[in-house]
Amino acid sequence: MAPDSLGFIFLNAFLINNFVLALFLGLCPFMGVSGKIKTAAPMGAAVTFVMLVASSCAFGINRLLVRFDIEYLRLIAYIAVIASAVQLVEMTIKKFSPTLFRMLGIFLPLITTNCAILGMALFQTFLEYSFIQSLVYSLGAGAGFSLALILMAGMREKLDLANVPDACMGTAAALMIAGLLSLAFMGFAGLGG
Amino acid sequence: MAADPRQPKPLTRQTLTEGLWKENPVFVMLLGLCPALAVSNTAINALAMGLASTFVLLGSSLLISLLRNFIPKQVRIASYIIIIATFVTAVDYIIHALSLELYNALGAFIQLIVVNCAILGRAEAFASKNPVRHSLVNGFGMGAGFTLALVMVGAVREILGFGSLFGVALFGEQFQTWAVFILPPGGFFVLSFWLVLFAVVAKRRAAKEVAHGS
Repeated sequence: MAPDSLGFIFLNAFLINNFVLALFLGLCPFMGVSGKIKTAAPMGAAVTFVMLVASSCAFGINRLLVRFDIEYLRLIAYIAVIASAVQLVEMTIKKFSPTLFRMLGIFLPLITTNCAILGMALFQTFLEYSFIQSLVYSLGAGAGFSLALILMAGMREKLDLANVPDACMGTAAALMIAGLLSLAFMGFAGLGG
Repeated sequence: MAADPRQPKPLTRQTLTEGLWKENPVFVMLLGLCPALAVSNTAINALAMGLASTFVLLGSSLLISLLRNFIPKQVRIASYIIIIATFVTAVDYIIHALSLELYNALGAFIQLIVVNCAILGRAEAFASKNPVRHSLVNGFGMGAGFTLALVMVGAVREILGFGSLFGVALFGEQFQTWAVFILPPGGFFVLSFWLVLFAVVAKRRAAKEVAHGS
Protein backbone atom coordinates (compact mmCIF):
# COMPACT_ATOMS: atom_id res chain seq x y z
CA MET A 1 0.00 0.00 0.00
CA ALA A 2 1.19 3.52 -0.72
CA PRO A 3 2.14 5.40 2.46
CA ASP A 4 -0.42 8.14 1.82
CA SER A 5 -3.33 5.91 0.84
CA LEU A 6 -6.31 6.11 3.18
CA GLY A 7 -6.16 2.42 4.08
CA PHE A 8 -2.55 2.67 5.14
CA ILE A 9 -3.13 5.83 7.18
CA PHE A 10 -5.93 4.09 9.08
CA LEU A 11 -3.90 0.93 9.63
CA ASN A 12 -0.88 2.96 10.71
CA ALA A 13 -2.77 4.87 13.39
CA PHE A 14 -4.84 1.84 14.40
CA LEU A 15 -2.21 -0.89 14.80
CA ILE A 16 1.35 -0.11 13.66
CA ASN A 17 1.81 3.13 15.56
CA ASN A 18 -0.91 2.49 18.12
CA PHE A 19 -1.25 5.72 20.10
CA VAL A 20 -1.25 4.06 23.49
CA LEU A 21 1.06 1.10 23.10
CA ALA A 22 3.66 2.42 20.67
CA LEU A 23 3.60 6.20 21.08
CA PHE A 24 2.75 6.41 24.81
CA LEU A 25 -0.09 8.86 24.34
CA GLY A 26 -3.16 8.89 26.53
CA LEU A 27 -1.74 6.75 29.30
CA CYS A 28 -3.65 8.45 32.12
CA PRO A 29 -7.14 7.38 30.99
CA PHE A 30 -5.61 4.11 29.79
CA MET A 31 -4.52 3.29 33.34
CA GLY A 32 -7.49 4.99 34.98
CA VAL A 33 -10.54 3.64 33.13
CA SER A 34 -9.33 0.25 31.97
CA GLY A 35 -10.60 -1.57 35.06
CA LYS A 36 -13.85 -2.78 33.48
CA ILE A 37 -14.93 -3.40 29.89
CA LYS A 38 -18.25 -1.71 30.69
CA THR A 39 -16.59 1.67 31.17
CA ALA A 40 -13.71 1.11 28.75
CA ALA A 41 -15.92 0.83 25.65
CA PRO A 42 -17.89 4.10 26.14
CA MET A 43 -14.68 5.89 27.08
CA GLY A 44 -13.10 4.73 23.83
CA ALA A 45 -16.14 5.92 21.90
CA ALA A 46 -16.08 9.33 23.62
CA VAL A 47 -12.37 9.78 22.88
CA THR A 48 -12.87 8.75 19.24
CA PHE A 49 -15.66 11.28 18.85
CA VAL A 50 -13.62 14.10 20.41
CA MET A 51 -10.74 13.13 18.12
CA LEU A 52 -12.92 13.40 15.00
CA VAL A 53 -14.24 16.82 16.05
CA ALA A 54 -10.80 18.05 17.12
CA SER A 55 -9.21 16.77 13.93
CA SER A 56 -11.59 18.61 11.61
CA CYS A 57 -11.41 21.81 13.69
CA ALA A 58 -7.62 21.62 13.93
CA PHE A 59 -7.39 21.27 10.16
CA GLY A 60 -9.40 24.46 9.61
CA ILE A 61 -7.59 26.38 12.33
CA ASN A 62 -4.21 25.42 10.97
CA ARG A 63 -5.21 26.79 7.56
CA LEU A 64 -6.14 30.09 9.20
CA LEU A 65 -2.97 30.25 11.31
CA VAL A 66 -0.75 29.62 8.29
CA ARG A 67 -2.70 32.16 6.25
CA PHE A 68 -2.16 34.91 8.83
CA ASP A 69 1.37 33.75 9.68
CA ILE A 70 0.67 33.24 13.39
CA GLU A 71 1.68 29.60 13.76
CA TYR A 72 3.10 30.21 17.22
CA LEU A 73 -0.49 30.32 18.47
CA ARG A 74 -1.13 26.78 17.21
CA LEU A 75 -0.78 25.05 20.58
CA ILE A 76 -3.09 27.50 22.37
CA ALA A 77 -5.70 27.37 19.58
CA TYR A 78 -5.71 23.56 19.45
CA ILE A 79 -6.10 23.13 23.18
CA ALA A 80 -9.01 25.60 23.22
CA VAL A 81 -10.77 23.65 20.46
CA ILE A 82 -10.26 20.35 22.25
CA ALA A 83 -11.56 21.76 25.53
CA SER A 84 -14.74 22.94 23.80
CA ALA A 85 -15.25 19.61 22.03
CA VAL A 86 -14.91 17.79 25.35
CA GLN A 87 -17.45 20.14 26.91
CA LEU A 88 -19.85 19.26 24.08
CA VAL A 89 -19.42 15.52 24.60
CA GLU A 90 -19.84 15.94 28.35
CA MET A 91 -23.14 17.77 27.95
CA THR A 92 -24.40 15.21 25.42
CA ILE A 93 -23.59 12.24 27.62
CA LYS A 94 -25.05 13.94 30.69
CA LYS A 95 -28.31 14.55 28.80
CA PHE A 96 -28.70 11.12 27.23
CA SER A 97 -27.21 8.78 29.81
CA PRO A 98 -26.76 10.07 33.37
CA THR A 99 -25.66 6.59 34.49
CA LEU A 100 -22.80 6.51 32.04
CA PHE A 101 -21.94 10.09 33.04
CA ARG A 102 -21.52 9.02 36.65
CA MET A 103 -19.55 5.92 35.72
CA LEU A 104 -16.96 7.86 33.73
CA GLY A 105 -16.77 10.49 36.45
CA ILE A 106 -13.69 12.66 36.56
CA PHE A 107 -12.17 10.99 33.50
CA LEU A 108 -14.69 12.66 31.19
CA PRO A 109 -13.50 16.27 31.68
CA LEU A 110 -9.95 14.93 31.81
CA ILE A 111 -10.23 13.95 28.13
CA THR A 112 -9.09 17.55 27.57
CA THR A 113 -5.70 16.71 29.00
CA ASN A 114 -5.56 13.40 27.11
CA CYS A 115 -2.35 13.77 25.18
CA ALA A 116 -3.57 11.34 22.52
CA ILE A 117 -5.96 13.99 21.21
CA LEU A 118 -3.56 16.92 21.18
CA GLY A 119 -0.89 14.56 19.85
CA MET A 120 -3.16 13.46 17.01
CA ALA A 121 -3.90 17.08 16.09
CA LEU A 122 -0.19 17.97 16.12
CA PHE A 123 0.86 14.89 14.14
CA GLN A 124 -1.69 15.47 11.39
CA THR A 125 -0.28 18.99 11.08
CA PHE A 126 3.33 17.80 10.95
CA LEU A 127 2.48 15.10 8.41
CA GLU A 128 0.60 17.65 6.29
CA TYR A 129 -2.43 15.44 5.76
CA SER A 130 -5.33 16.65 3.65
CA PHE A 131 -8.77 17.04 5.24
CA ILE A 132 -9.95 13.52 4.35
CA GLN A 133 -6.62 12.00 5.35
CA SER A 134 -6.81 13.82 8.71
CA LEU A 135 -10.28 12.45 9.37
CA VAL A 136 -9.20 8.89 8.55
CA TYR A 137 -6.10 9.33 10.69
CA SER A 138 -8.13 10.50 13.69
CA LEU A 139 -10.63 7.68 13.19
CA GLY A 140 -7.78 5.15 13.18
CA ALA A 141 -6.20 6.74 16.25
CA GLY A 142 -9.51 6.67 18.11
CA ALA A 143 -10.16 3.07 17.12
CA GLY A 144 -6.63 2.11 18.19
CA PHE A 145 -7.11 3.82 21.55
CA SER A 146 -10.42 2.00 22.07
CA LEU A 147 -8.88 -1.32 21.06
CA ALA A 148 -6.01 -0.93 23.54
CA LEU A 149 -8.40 0.17 26.28
CA ILE A 150 -10.77 -2.77 25.76
CA LEU A 151 -7.97 -5.35 25.49
CA MET A 152 -6.43 -4.01 28.67
CA ALA A 153 -9.78 -3.97 30.50
CA GLY A 154 -10.41 -7.59 29.57
CA MET A 155 -7.05 -8.62 30.95
CA ARG A 156 -7.44 -6.60 34.12
CA GLU A 157 -10.83 -8.16 34.81
CA LYS A 158 -9.16 -11.56 34.71
CA LEU A 159 -6.27 -10.27 36.80
CA ASP A 160 -8.64 -9.42 39.65
CA LEU A 161 -9.21 -13.14 40.14
CA ALA A 162 -5.55 -14.11 39.86
CA ASN A 163 -3.17 -14.64 42.73
CA VAL A 164 -0.61 -11.83 42.38
CA PRO A 165 2.28 -11.22 44.81
CA ASP A 166 1.42 -8.35 47.18
CA ALA A 167 4.18 -6.04 45.99
CA CYS A 168 3.04 -6.28 42.35
CA MET A 169 -0.63 -5.51 43.05
CA GLY A 170 -2.40 -2.69 41.27
CA THR A 171 -0.48 -0.36 39.02
CA ALA A 172 2.73 -2.36 38.83
CA ALA A 173 0.88 -5.40 37.48
CA ALA A 174 -1.17 -3.22 35.12
CA LEU A 175 2.01 -1.66 33.74
CA MET A 176 3.55 -5.09 33.18
CA ILE A 177 0.47 -6.18 31.22
CA ALA A 178 0.66 -2.98 29.19
CA GLY A 179 4.30 -3.82 28.46
CA LEU A 180 3.37 -7.28 27.22
CA LEU A 181 0.55 -5.88 25.07
CA SER A 182 2.97 -3.34 23.66
CA LEU A 183 5.41 -6.14 22.88
CA ALA A 184 2.65 -7.97 21.05
CA PHE A 185 1.73 -4.86 19.06
CA MET A 186 5.33 -4.54 17.90
CA GLY A 187 4.57 -7.58 15.77
CA PHE A 188 2.44 -5.30 13.56
CA ALA A 189 5.51 -3.24 12.66
CA GLY A 190 5.97 -4.67 9.17
CA LEU A 191 2.27 -4.62 8.32
CA GLY A 192 1.18 -2.97 5.08
CA GLY A 193 4.75 -2.04 4.23
CA MET B 1 -9.99 25.10 50.32
CA ALA B 2 -10.31 25.00 54.08
CA ALA B 3 -7.42 27.32 54.91
CA ASP B 4 -7.89 31.06 54.55
CA PRO B 5 -5.76 32.12 51.58
CA ARG B 6 -4.76 35.35 53.31
CA GLN B 7 -3.09 33.46 56.13
CA PRO B 8 -0.86 30.98 54.38
CA LYS B 9 0.75 28.10 56.13
CA PRO B 10 4.37 28.82 57.02
CA LEU B 11 6.94 27.90 54.43
CA THR B 12 8.37 24.64 55.66
CA ARG B 13 10.86 22.21 54.34
CA GLN B 14 7.97 19.92 53.52
CA THR B 15 6.68 22.37 50.91
CA LEU B 16 9.82 21.59 48.96
CA THR B 17 10.38 17.93 49.69
CA GLU B 18 6.88 16.51 49.31
CA GLY B 19 7.14 16.59 45.53
CA LEU B 20 10.57 15.03 45.60
CA TRP B 21 9.61 11.76 47.17
CA LYS B 22 6.47 11.42 49.27
CA GLU B 23 4.18 12.72 46.55
CA ASN B 24 6.46 12.08 43.61
CA PRO B 25 4.34 12.85 40.53
CA VAL B 26 5.41 9.79 38.54
CA PHE B 27 6.05 7.05 41.09
CA VAL B 28 3.37 7.86 43.65
CA MET B 29 0.65 9.86 41.91
CA LEU B 30 1.14 8.31 38.45
CA LEU B 31 0.74 11.67 36.72
CA GLY B 32 2.59 12.68 33.61
CA LEU B 33 3.20 9.09 32.60
CA CYS B 34 3.16 9.79 28.88
CA PRO B 35 6.34 11.88 28.71
CA ALA B 36 7.88 9.80 31.49
CA LEU B 37 7.75 6.71 29.30
CA ALA B 38 7.91 8.15 25.81
CA VAL B 39 11.15 10.11 25.98
CA SER B 40 12.98 8.18 28.68
CA ASN B 41 14.89 5.86 26.34
CA THR B 42 18.15 7.62 27.21
CA ALA B 43 19.15 9.46 30.37
CA ILE B 44 19.94 12.66 28.45
CA ASN B 45 16.51 12.85 26.82
CA ALA B 46 14.92 12.15 30.19
CA LEU B 47 16.93 14.92 31.86
CA ALA B 48 16.08 17.43 29.11
CA MET B 49 12.39 16.56 29.31
CA GLY B 50 12.49 16.87 33.11
CA LEU B 51 14.15 20.27 32.98
CA ALA B 52 11.75 21.57 30.32
CA SER B 53 8.78 20.44 32.40
CA THR B 54 10.29 22.02 35.51
CA PHE B 55 10.66 25.32 33.70
CA VAL B 56 7.02 25.24 32.58
CA LEU B 57 5.94 24.23 36.08
CA LEU B 58 7.84 27.12 37.69
CA GLY B 59 6.63 29.69 35.16
CA SER B 60 3.01 28.62 35.32
CA SER B 61 3.10 28.37 39.13
CA LEU B 62 4.41 31.92 39.33
CA LEU B 63 1.82 33.38 36.99
CA ILE B 64 -1.13 31.39 38.31
CA SER B 65 -0.21 32.23 41.89
CA LEU B 66 0.05 35.93 41.03
CA LEU B 67 -3.32 35.87 39.28
CA ARG B 68 -5.07 33.57 41.74
CA ASN B 69 -7.35 36.30 43.08
CA PHE B 70 -8.32 37.56 39.62
CA ILE B 71 -9.20 34.35 37.77
CA PRO B 72 -12.92 33.56 38.13
CA LYS B 73 -13.56 30.11 39.51
CA GLN B 74 -15.70 28.94 36.58
CA VAL B 75 -13.07 29.43 33.91
CA ARG B 76 -10.02 28.59 35.98
CA ILE B 77 -9.08 25.35 34.22
CA ALA B 78 -9.23 26.99 30.81
CA SER B 79 -7.14 29.91 32.08
CA TYR B 80 -4.54 27.57 33.60
CA ILE B 81 -4.23 25.61 30.36
CA ILE B 82 -3.73 28.79 28.33
CA ILE B 83 -1.05 30.01 30.76
CA ILE B 84 0.69 26.63 30.60
CA ALA B 85 0.44 26.56 26.80
CA THR B 86 2.14 29.95 26.65
CA PHE B 87 5.15 28.71 28.61
CA VAL B 88 5.30 25.49 26.60
CA THR B 89 5.40 27.45 23.35
CA ALA B 90 8.33 29.41 24.79
CA VAL B 91 10.17 26.22 25.82
CA ASP B 92 9.52 24.73 22.39
CA TYR B 93 11.23 27.68 20.69
CA ILE B 94 14.07 27.76 23.26
CA ILE B 95 14.95 24.09 22.75
CA HIS B 96 14.67 24.48 19.00
CA ALA B 97 17.22 27.32 19.19
CA LEU B 98 19.59 25.59 21.62
CA SER B 99 19.89 22.11 20.16
CA LEU B 100 18.30 20.81 17.01
CA GLU B 101 19.40 17.28 17.87
CA LEU B 102 17.56 17.35 21.18
CA TYR B 103 14.56 18.99 19.53
CA ASN B 104 14.29 16.13 17.06
CA ALA B 105 14.78 13.49 19.76
CA LEU B 106 11.99 14.87 21.94
CA GLY B 107 9.75 15.53 18.95
CA ALA B 108 6.13 16.39 19.61
CA PHE B 109 6.56 15.61 23.29
CA ILE B 110 7.82 19.12 24.03
CA GLN B 111 4.51 20.55 22.85
CA LEU B 112 2.68 17.81 24.67
CA ILE B 113 3.97 19.16 28.00
CA VAL B 114 0.76 21.24 27.86
CA VAL B 115 -1.31 18.18 28.63
CA ASN B 116 1.01 16.84 31.33
CA CYS B 117 -1.48 16.32 34.13
CA ALA B 118 1.24 16.77 36.76
CA ILE B 119 1.54 20.45 35.81
CA LEU B 120 -2.19 21.15 35.63
CA GLY B 121 -2.59 19.21 38.87
CA ARG B 122 -0.08 21.47 40.63
CA ALA B 123 -1.81 24.57 39.29
CA GLU B 124 -5.18 23.41 40.56
CA ALA B 125 -4.04 21.88 43.85
CA PHE B 126 -1.34 24.30 44.96
CA ALA B 127 -0.56 27.43 42.95
CA SER B 128 -4.19 28.58 42.86
CA LYS B 129 -4.38 28.61 46.66
CA ASN B 130 -0.96 29.69 47.86
CA PRO B 131 1.22 32.80 47.70
CA VAL B 132 3.93 33.16 45.10
CA ARG B 133 6.89 32.12 47.25
CA HIS B 134 5.24 28.89 48.40
CA SER B 135 4.10 28.02 44.89
CA LEU B 136 7.56 28.51 43.46
CA VAL B 137 9.20 26.37 46.13
CA ASN B 138 6.59 23.65 45.78
CA GLY B 139 6.74 23.80 41.99
CA PHE B 140 10.49 23.44 42.14
CA GLY B 141 10.19 20.38 44.39
CA MET B 142 7.62 18.78 42.10
CA GLY B 143 9.72 19.54 39.04
CA ALA B 144 12.79 18.05 40.68
CA GLY B 145 10.79 14.96 41.65
CA PHE B 146 9.53 14.60 38.08
CA THR B 147 13.06 15.01 36.69
CA LEU B 148 14.41 12.50 39.20
CA ALA B 149 11.80 9.91 38.24
CA LEU B 150 12.42 10.45 34.53
CA VAL B 151 16.19 10.09 34.92
CA MET B 152 15.74 6.95 37.05
CA VAL B 153 13.65 5.32 34.32
CA GLY B 154 15.86 6.70 31.56
CA ALA B 155 19.12 5.55 33.16
CA VAL B 156 17.94 1.94 33.51
CA ARG B 157 16.68 1.87 29.94
CA GLU B 158 19.89 3.37 28.58
CA ILE B 159 22.17 1.05 30.55
CA LEU B 160 20.28 -2.06 29.43
CA GLY B 161 19.34 -0.92 25.95
CA PHE B 162 22.52 0.86 24.82
CA GLY B 163 25.08 -0.27 27.43
CA SER B 164 25.86 3.36 28.24
CA LEU B 165 24.87 6.12 30.66
CA PHE B 166 24.55 9.78 29.57
CA GLY B 167 26.19 8.69 26.31
CA VAL B 168 29.29 7.20 28.01
CA ALA B 169 29.80 3.52 27.23
CA LEU B 170 29.87 1.46 30.43
CA PHE B 171 30.73 -1.99 29.17
CA GLY B 172 33.14 -3.37 26.64
CA GLU B 173 32.46 -4.03 22.99
CA GLN B 174 31.05 -7.48 23.67
CA PHE B 175 28.08 -6.18 25.67
CA GLN B 176 24.90 -7.60 24.19
CA THR B 177 22.33 -4.79 24.26
CA TRP B 178 18.71 -5.50 25.14
CA ALA B 179 16.98 -3.66 22.35
CA VAL B 180 13.59 -4.21 23.94
CA PHE B 181 14.38 -1.70 26.67
CA ILE B 182 14.75 1.22 24.29
CA LEU B 183 11.58 0.21 22.47
CA PRO B 184 8.13 1.09 23.87
CA PRO B 185 7.56 -2.11 25.92
CA GLY B 186 10.77 -1.45 27.86
CA GLY B 187 9.33 1.78 29.23
CA PHE B 188 6.37 -0.04 30.73
CA PHE B 189 8.58 -2.78 32.17
CA VAL B 190 11.15 -0.46 33.79
CA LEU B 191 8.51 1.75 35.42
CA SER B 192 6.75 -1.37 36.65
CA PHE B 193 10.00 -2.72 38.14
CA TRP B 194 10.62 0.54 40.01
CA LEU B 195 7.07 0.48 41.42
CA VAL B 196 7.50 -3.10 42.61
CA LEU B 197 10.83 -2.22 44.20
CA PHE B 198 9.31 0.73 46.07
CA ALA B 199 6.36 -1.39 47.22
CA VAL B 200 8.75 -4.02 48.60
CA VAL B 201 10.85 -1.41 50.43
CA ALA B 202 7.77 0.32 51.88
CA LYS B 203 6.48 -3.04 53.07
CA ARG B 204 9.74 -3.98 54.76
CA ARG B 205 9.83 -0.60 56.50
CA ALA B 206 6.25 -0.90 57.69
CA ALA B 207 6.94 -4.41 59.02
CA LYS B 208 9.99 -3.12 60.88
CA GLU B 209 7.99 -0.29 62.45
CA VAL B 210 5.33 -2.70 63.63
CA ALA B 211 8.01 -4.93 65.16
CA HIS B 212 9.56 -1.97 66.98
CA GLY B 213 6.22 -0.71 68.21
CA SER B 214 5.12 -3.91 69.90
